[in-house]
Amino acid sequence: MPSFIISRLLSTLTVILGVITLIFLLIHLVPGDPVQAMLGETATPTDLEALRQALGLNQPLFTQWWQYMTHLLQGDLGTSLYSQEPIIDIMIERFPATLELAIAGLLVAILIALPLGSIAALRKDTIYDNSAMVFSLLGVSIPNFWLGPLLILLFSLTLGWFPVSGRENFLSLILPALTLGTALSAILARMIRSTLLEVLNEDYIRTARAKGLRESAIVIHHALRNASLPIITILGLQLGTLLGGAVITEIIFAWPGIGQLTIESIQRRDYPLVQACILLISVSYVLINTLTDVLYAWLDPRVRYSV
Amino acid sequence: MTPPLLNIKKLSVAFKNSQQHLTQVVHQVSFQINLGEKLALVGESGSGKSVTALSIIKLHDRQRVNYPTGAIEFQGQNLLQKSEADLRRVRGKNIAMIFQEPMTSLNPVYPIGTQLIEPLLLHEGLSKSAARSRMLELLELTGLPEPHKRFNSYPHTLSGGQRQRVMIAMALACRPQLLIADEPTTALDVTIQLQILELLENMQQEFGMAVLLITHDLNLVKRFAERICVMQEGNLVESANAEKLFEQPQHAYTQHLLNSQPERIQTDYDYTTAPTPLLDAQQIRCYFPLSKNFFQRTDNEIKAVDEIDLHLYPGETLGIVGESGSGKTTLGLCVLRLQNCTGAIRFAGKQLDRLQTRQLRPLRRQLQVVFQDPYSSLSPRMTVEQIISEGLIIHYPDLNHQKRRERVIKILKEVGLQEDMLSRYPHEFSGGQRQRIAIARAVILEPQLILLDEPTSALDVSVQKQVLELLENLQRKHHISYLFISHDLKVIRAMSHRIMVMRHGCFIEQGETEKIFNHPQHPYTRSLLHASLFM
Repeated sequence: MPSFIISRLLSTLTVILGVITLIFLLIHLVPGDPVQAMLGETATPTDLEALRQALGLNQPLFTQWWQYMTHLLQGDLGTSLYSQEPIIDIMIERFPATLELAIAGLLVAILIALPLGSIAALRKDTIYDNSAMVFSLLGVSIPNFWLGPLLILLFSLTLGWFPVSGRENFLSLILPALTLGTALSAILARMIRSTLLEVLNEDYIRTARAKGLRESAIVIHHALRNASLPIITILGLQLGTLLGGAVITEIIFAWPGIGQLTIESIQRRDYPLVQACILLISVSYVLINTLTDVLYAWLDPRVRYSV
Repeated sequence: MTPPLLNIKKLSVAFKNSQQHLTQVVHQVSFQINLGEKLALVGESGSGKSVTALSIIKLHDRQRVNYPTGAIEFQGQNLLQKSEADLRRVRGKNIAMIFQEPMTSLNPVYPIGTQLIEPLLLHEGLSKSAARSRMLELLELTGLPEPHKRFNSYPHTLSGGQRQRVMIAMALACRPQLLIADEPTTALDVTIQLQILELLENMQQEFGMAVLLITHDLNLVKRFAERICVMQEGNLVESANAEKLFEQPQHAYTQHLLNSQPERIQTDYDYTTAPTPLLDAQQIRCYFPLSKNFFQRTDNEIKAVDEIDLHLYPGETLGIVGESGSGKTTLGLCVLRLQNCTGAIRFAGKQLDRLQTRQLRPLRRQLQVVFQDPYSSLSPRMTVEQIISEGLIIHYPDLNHQKRRERVIKILKEVGLQEDMLSRYPHEFSGGQRQRIAIARAVILEPQLILLDEPTSALDVSVQKQVLELLENLQRKHHISYLFISHDLKVIRAMSHRIMVMRHGCFIEQGETEKIFNHPQHPYTRSLLHASLFM
């Protein structure tokens, strides 16, 4: 296992280096002059040149890349063109909100999907199964931009249980997490149902029954761990996406996360901030994928041994 | 008189389909087993033998199964009327079971030790350490090498034979009175089959339990069982003492089964007048990387085929024999250039190894393959006509639809199928019929060489004989050369003019069939033949 983790970490570092370079090149090689875009059509050539020098854009591309990398290693992501604040400070302020929402959304999804999917599989073709799948269909079909306002209308404005928006205390997390988690739980419940059904037909489940084990022990001990393998892949990918910011949910609930920040910085043409946001989203995605791989190997020894 | 340990009385088993319609698959089956007795339930696939065996401890899907008639009395108590909780106390404790595929019967995500001690923790309430030492003793008894070291190993790190030993040890954990062994050797190589069978015999004597052996293999039964019950299409058609049944089978189906054993159908090849070989392969080598380092360089590899020479004459059958993993299929694919390899391959005067893929394409007509599993080797989305005529469209583009159809009908009749089957899909056919379709697909192109990769392994014994006879007829009629790959020495003996023995990717020995069978030179060939003669 340690050698597996080391090998995965090494390849993760390589991928992150590649991602950073790619983002740097994308931002620098897109057609058009960023300085012109920042200062507008009315800027004089002297102003343009001054800003170019200030940003180091007049230097060769490799020198710029090297400077970017060395600054990055020192935790310096540059300064926001809009607020003139260090970007790292903005990130430190915004990222915990996104992390909090992503994990809460994922937890809601697991808490709904695990019992729902398991019951549907264990009581296949019964009323339980059908009801679970109807819920799942509804969950997938209801868009966040409709469910979010509906929840606000019911639980905040009518019942007054939760705050309408913002990130003030634990209560303000509930509605955005429910909004995010519902759609995810629907996909997850279907996935759990189908993988569990597949696993329950495996020969080793029959062996477990032949030993005299209880059905609950068979499901929990023998089936769920095997069924969790494909589910973890889906969860990893979803968490990666959520860490990139659940833009719609964040906007509906005025949640001060990375998704909202990315949209704002694009609208303000705040290029260093856009670059930092994309970087954070990409690196989060890569790291979550590595974590998924490690978790997968921990759960399935065949993966560990094949590396 | 002591009552029987297990008394199955007029047992019928039915299954519900998705529309809740019942289909009865076992009809009023009755038999008994006494303590310490070895009984075999024999039949071809679909005969209901496994369904009967799984019914004893009610391992079928509870939502689908139905028992319209009968009783399963174990130690005087009807198991069919027991509650699920009561049955759980019998399963694994009084009645244990081992299955066909030891790889999939063990949970891949837990070490074998964790799985082995489960019955002891459950039924005997032992502590983990006590259960562990008891299981280590049992593993020692089953002949698993270095049980201490392997106790924490995962199933995939053990060989097939070792896994079956683990399954047997697990089944014997609580010293059951009855062991049900459902095709326990079918998935294993012939030498391992013999070892497992001997182990079962020893364990049966050591523990004094009854064994119910479920199998399709009559040789296995002959060697093992004291009494035999023969099943056909859900009915028990004959039940007799083993010796009596083999000497004087009463029922027509039992006679048919016994007569279906493959016998030599091939006439000798006249090597004195043999022309130049049709296929001549020299120094064939195919290695697969097992792992790569950080720079993607191979640092460990498996030698699937290691410098093997092979030649095949026109109209000759060369049987390639070896256990699983010996490289016989890889060698077959290599000489047909379906697998990358090094070495010189000369076919019908052409140097195959020097040809590009595009240059090879016209030659593909001459080099056909029939695979082992007729269920997965035919596209389920194509009709029989589309499957068989596909090669004609590629290699004979000038033929019009009518002419193509005429050829398809002709070959269909030649392989024993009817014209009205043209528009049907593979799933509408039995295994034997599907293999005939696969053979027709290959033969319609009038090839000079066909690679037959375990063509009868997935088939029942009676169907197997028919397919072998068909292949021999086609060979004589069309003068086709066969590269016949099989792990089954009886089939190889029936079909081959010459045999090549392989092990771990290496050449062991080759020679004319009867010479190899009567005077094997290499110790490995001798052990292979010894095991197959006993099985």
